[in-house]
Amino acid sequence: MIMEGDPFLVIEGMTIAAITVGATKGYIYVRSEYPHAVEAMNAAIAAAKRGGYLGTNIGGTTQSFDLEVRVGAGAYVCGEETSLLESLEGRRGIVRAKPPLPAHHGLFGKPTVINNVLSFAAIPFILAEGAKAYADFGMGRSRGTMPIQLAGNIRYGGLFETAFGVTLGELVDDIGGGTFTGRPVRAVQVGGPLGAYFPRALFDTPFDYEAFAARDGLIGHGGIVVFDDSVDMRKQARFAMEFCAVESCGKCTPCRIGSTRGVETIEKIMRRERVTENLALVEDLCNTMKFGSLCALGGFTPYPVLSALKHFREDFVPAPTTLQAAE
Amino acid sequence: MSLIEEVDLGTPRSKSETMVTLTIDGKQVSVPEGTSIMRAAMEAGHQIPKLCATDMVDAFGSCRLCLVEIEGRAGTPASCTTPVMPGLVVHTQTERLKTLRKGVMELYISDHPLDCLTCGANGDCELQDMAGAVGLRDVRYGYEGENHVFAKSNSEVNAAWMPKDESNPYFTYDPSKCIVCSRCVRACEEVQGTFALTISGRGFDSRVSPGMSESFLGSECVSCGACVQACPTATLTEKSVIEIGQPEHSVVTTCAYCGVGCAFKAEMRGEEVVRMVPYKDGKANRGHSCVKGRFAWGYTNHKERILKPMIRERIEDPWREVSWDEAFSFAATKMRGIQKKYGRDAIGGITSSRCTNEETYLVQKLIRAGFGNNNVDTCARVCHSPTGYGLATTFGTSAGTQDFDSVEETDVVVVIGANPASAHPVFASRLKKRLRQGAKLIVIDPRRTEMVESPHVKALHLPLMPGTNVAVMTALAHVIVTEGLVNEAFVRERCDWSEFEEWAAFVAQPNNSPEATAILTGVDPKVLREAARTYATGGNGAIYYGLGVTEHSQGSTTVMAIANLAMATGNIGRPGVGVNPLRGQNNVQGSCDMGSFPHELPGYRHIAGDAVREQFEALWNVKLNPEPGLRIPNMFDAAVEGTFMGLYVQGEDILQSDPNTSHVVAALSAMECVIVHDLFLNETANYAHVFLPGSSFLEKDGTFTNAERRIQRVRKVVTPKNGMADWEVTIGLAKAMGFEMNYNHPSEIMDEIAALTPTFAGVSYAKLEELGSVQWPCNEKAPEGTPVMHIDGFVRGKGKFVVTEYVATDERTGPRYPLLLTTGRILSQYNVGAQTRRTENVVWHAEDRLEIHPHDAEQRGVRDGDWVRLKSRAGETTLRAEITDRVAPGVVYTTFHHPDTQANVITTDYSDWATNCPEYKVTAVQVSPSNGPSDWQKAYDAQARHSRRIAPAEAAE
Ligand code: SF4
Ligand code: SF4
Ligand code: SF4
Ligand code: SF4
Ligand code: FES
Repeated sequence: MIMEGDPFLVIEGMTIAAITVGATKGYIYVRSEYPHAVEAMNAAIAAAKRGGYLGTNIGGTTQSFDLEVRVGAGAYVCGEETSLLESLEGRRGIVRAKPPLPAHHGLFGKPTVINNVLSFAAIPFILAEGAKAYADFGMGRSRGTMPIQLAGNIRYGGLFETAFGVTLGELVDDIGGGTFTGRPVRAVQVGGPLGAYFPRALFDTPFDYEAFAARDGLIGHGGIVVFDDSVDMRKQARFAMEFCAVESCGKCTPCRIGSTRGVETIEKIMRRERVTENLALVEDLCNTMKFGSLCALGGFTPYPVLSALKHFREDFVPAPTTLQAAE
Repeated sequence: MSLIEEVDLGTPRSKSETMVTLTIDGKQVSVPEGTSIMRAAMEAGHQIPKLCATDMVDAFGSCRLCLVEIEGRAGTPASCTTPVMPGLVVHTQTERLKTLRKGVMELYISDHPLDCLTCGANGDCELQDMAGAVGLRDVRYGYEGENHVFAKSNSEVNAAWMPKDESNPYFTYDPSKCIVCSRCVRACEEVQGTFALTISGRGFDSRVSPGMSESFLGSECVSCGACVQACPTATLTEKSVIEIGQPEHSVVTTCAYCGVGCAFKAEMRGEEVVRMVPYKDGKANRGHSCVKGRFAWGYTNHKERILKPMIRERIEDPWREVSWDEAFSFAATKMRGIQKKYGRDAIGGITSSRCTNEETYLVQKLIRAGFGNNNVDTCARVCHSPTGYGLATTFGTSAGTQDFDSVEETDVVVVIGANPASAHPVFASRLKKRLRQGAKLIVIDPRRTEMVESPHVKALHLPLMPGTNVAVMTALAHVIVTEGLVNEAFVRERCDWSEFEEWAAFVAQPNNSPEATAILTGVDPKVLREAARTYATGGNGAIYYGLGVTEHSQGSTTVMAIANLAMATGNIGRPGVGVNPLRGQNNVQGSCDMGSFPHELPGYRHIAGDAVREQFEALWNVKLNPEPGLRIPNMFDAAVEGTFMGLYVQGEDILQSDPNTSHVVAALSAMECVIVHDLFLNETANYAHVFLPGSSFLEKDGTFTNAERRIQRVRKVVTPKNGMADWEVTIGLAKAMGFEMNYNHPSEIMDEIAALTPTFAGVSYAKLEELGSVQWPCNEKAPEGTPVMHIDGFVRGKGKFVVTEYVATDERTGPRYPLLLTTGRILSQYNVGAQTRRTENVVWHAEDRLEIHPHDAEQRGVRDGDWVRLKSRAGETTLRAEITDRVAPGVVYTTFHHPDTQANVITTDYSDWATNCPEYKVTAVQVSPSNGPSDWQKAYDAQARHSRRIAPAEAAE
């Protein structure tokens, strides 16, 4: 949205970053699913070049910096910084092991600064108003503001930018106005498809990296998806594994094989096969994926799965009555 | 004897000299900076489980078995991708790690067949080892899920399953066993440099795929075997292992094909070779190989191999199998008879660049001391004699200046008249690796070779007209001198300054400029200037050259021109620079060192020198003839004249490898006794009276000396199938001729060589055992050998600049012969093909083809695949055409691996002025459409069939 609405902010932020580290070439990697952003960025870059704000001798100085938009084919994992670099180099988008960090050995083997739009877009404000002005927003170690997307089953969905520190409950109930269906909110997934599911009991959690981490959750890109009480959390857990299986680059074993086995095992649980053993297996698998995966895709998939298991266990183990009836 | 186990340390060695100390499992360890934690642990004796890491390629970090914990750091980093840091405290085995590893292995095995007992890799499978190492006891996922293992899953066709690919003659690819560790893909990229493999699909669908889902045979794959070696499972496995089973002992030996001299482990079961695996401690190959050494050893068991001695009175007769004694006495009687009748000098011998140093030494000893003349020459005459002459003149030694490791420090590589990707593949791979790291490449060759076209390499190509090497080299020198790029400090210190000035004045003449010579050479002056600047100023510059330099009428001149360039730019005397001939056959260097030339005793010392000769006379106990003997071409001339009547040829097919085949046929037919000592009834044997069966490199002890002067052991792994090693055969023949040579083992021959040859003074089998290999000179001054020569000054004293005037070859194109033919070789075949044609390598090169530019082809109405007649002043032959723009208009190119083609029927007998090295690389020819084999080919074929008959054994005996 920033790229579409104020592409110059991104250009300015990147130019400042480039001059700071002495870089002369920048790339903006956009998925092909965002054609408007691509168009806006390209037009803005052309304008900036015309105006002498990009290219050689920027603004009459001795500094030079050039920008180029590259359109990616749209693999989720190409959002991971090293596979983004591989993709930019024209290879398969698979994750590189770190170290070496991109800052030492990045694009085409050169030292590379790699950040998301959010960070670059914040730079002009910080330089203009001072670091303190920026730091005055937020709480704890999470400073500044964060764009938050409210989505899913919600009455007032949309994109909001606010300082860190508001609670999850305020976001969902006060700003979002509860569910669209009017039924009670049962679960909220925060941080994108690999974020944890939080029940109402955790609505007092402030929007802050550390606070979320302390409750086995994450803020991720700031997406919030709301579900009402009709949700089946087994399906949500299965969906997380399936998402991982579909998007996996396939480099590392825990994610490549684990995500597929995760889907299969959760399906067994859904079919009520050896539930206790298979639940234990899913938990073990999540442990392997969380600590064994090479990147965040495999590493974060356990968050939605484990949180669903932890906070909504009743969806997974058959109710005692059914159990008795079955026996 | 047992299997030599090479410990895989997981990641490559770091070259840093800064040491870092850390603690691993309570043990203090110091390793070079940049080493991985995995390697540091392995070096300290703590094996960390691993599957995707191997020390032949860079760490990848995909299997996630090698995770460790580091105190003060969160998470469980992979030890293969995490470098050491001072003071780290690492734990390689904790409860947490154990659980994680078990979890990973459980996933692996959930998509892997459980047929370990019947699997080809049983006993040599890292997956099996790792399952054991982490204590996997149970796979809770079951086997009904998605998989690549079963052709049918839940009674439905499993789309993920792929059948075995058995297209490659030497190894199979069984996708159902693949764990997608990418080791093969990375080996093909990083070690071999071919980029034939990739991983297709994403996530669970990931699978190894040659090219775009092609078969291995149909892909870019050159069958080097690096992927097979890298594969931790049975997915890529040698067919021989599947057939025979796992080896039980191994012996280190040296490849008998090309001058790279790769070290291999011959992995054996009893006396059966199971496979040849490149040896990581081999300093020439560093664990890599090519299709020839790795796989093409089947010829040693080929049914056409002759195992019994044979004789006949006349070449029209069929062969008669006889005992060794009878063969020896038959041969001896004939040879001595010829000497009686025609004189002492009427017989001679030819040593082989295929045989060991010891065997070559014995043959020349037999000739000099037993025959009593110096009529000994070698097939190196037909390839690298100009190297010997040119480098001895300018630097003072007849050999390349560097070791192969030197290429790792090179910044600019100039390749002249060589196609290492085909002829010296392992060196090419090492070179390409350096080029991918950023070194620059300049290729001077009429043809756009594989080097020019290899992936991720940008080359500056100077496509010169064949025969104009000297003009191009002088033009390069012109640029260096006139643009002030000479390294004057070096020249003043190391070289003869007045000779330099004379040379500089010569090359600076305007008629030597790139612009002036462009009409002759066809090279764009701009490109040539850029090449000269790059070589002179781009850092460490190294020149590698091959037969495209030596096999010319001005071969020796070009070698000297190359030496001039290196001296003028100071590119000599340290790692990363130098002048390096790429030797064709495995022991070209060795056979030259061993006194194979008519005028030189071992160590390149002239036979006329009294002091040297007396030394040999004293040890050999005979009087030697101080007169140099006949060179090969002179032997043939003398034979036609009727003064040279007997020849002993060891391990060489002179009929096929020497130029102007009809002249050679005439010479051989004129002789009264031709003794061929070889594995097969080769083409020369069609004109032989005595056939002595040879032994293969697997059947004898000895040493080979490769192109970097490295002396390496050849070790006997099977009993000679013919009953005798080649050195024993020579001793037997000598004895029958009344000349006794007493040795019990080749090591004793080496001791004699060391005693008589200053550059070999320090060489012994004991030393080779201890060091693995040494590069001569090896003596008191350099007890461990000499990797880089001329470090503190040239061997001859001051480096000598030689004025190199371009003289056009007498071989000129004209209206009747308007095209220039140049010859070369391809990867899967070797030399005249006697070995490789008798292996499965024929799937890659069933016949020789004539490469011709589309323009020339169109003018002549020739289409791709058509039979064409290739005609020169000397003769004609037919073969099929391949239309390609790899060659320039006006140039045609072919290989000479197959006897049916007889490319040398049409090469002329022009030769290098200094050394008589034949001018294979330039022949004026005409090409025209044809219907099939020429009359000459048909007649030749009929004679060959007739001559190869072996009489059935007589029942009475
Ligand atoms: S976690 Fe998944 S996406 Fe990330 S590197 Fe491993 S296989 Fe690729
Ligand atoms: S055999 Fe060599 S060239 Fe062929 S795929 Fe394997 S590594 Fe690549
Ligand atoms: S073929 Fe072998 S080396 Fe290649 S990915 Fe599969 S298991 Fe690994
Ligand atoms: S032929 Fe040459 S490159 Fe190939 S394995 Fe033998 S020595 Fe090595
Ligand atoms: S060995 Fe380190 S991740 Fe595979």
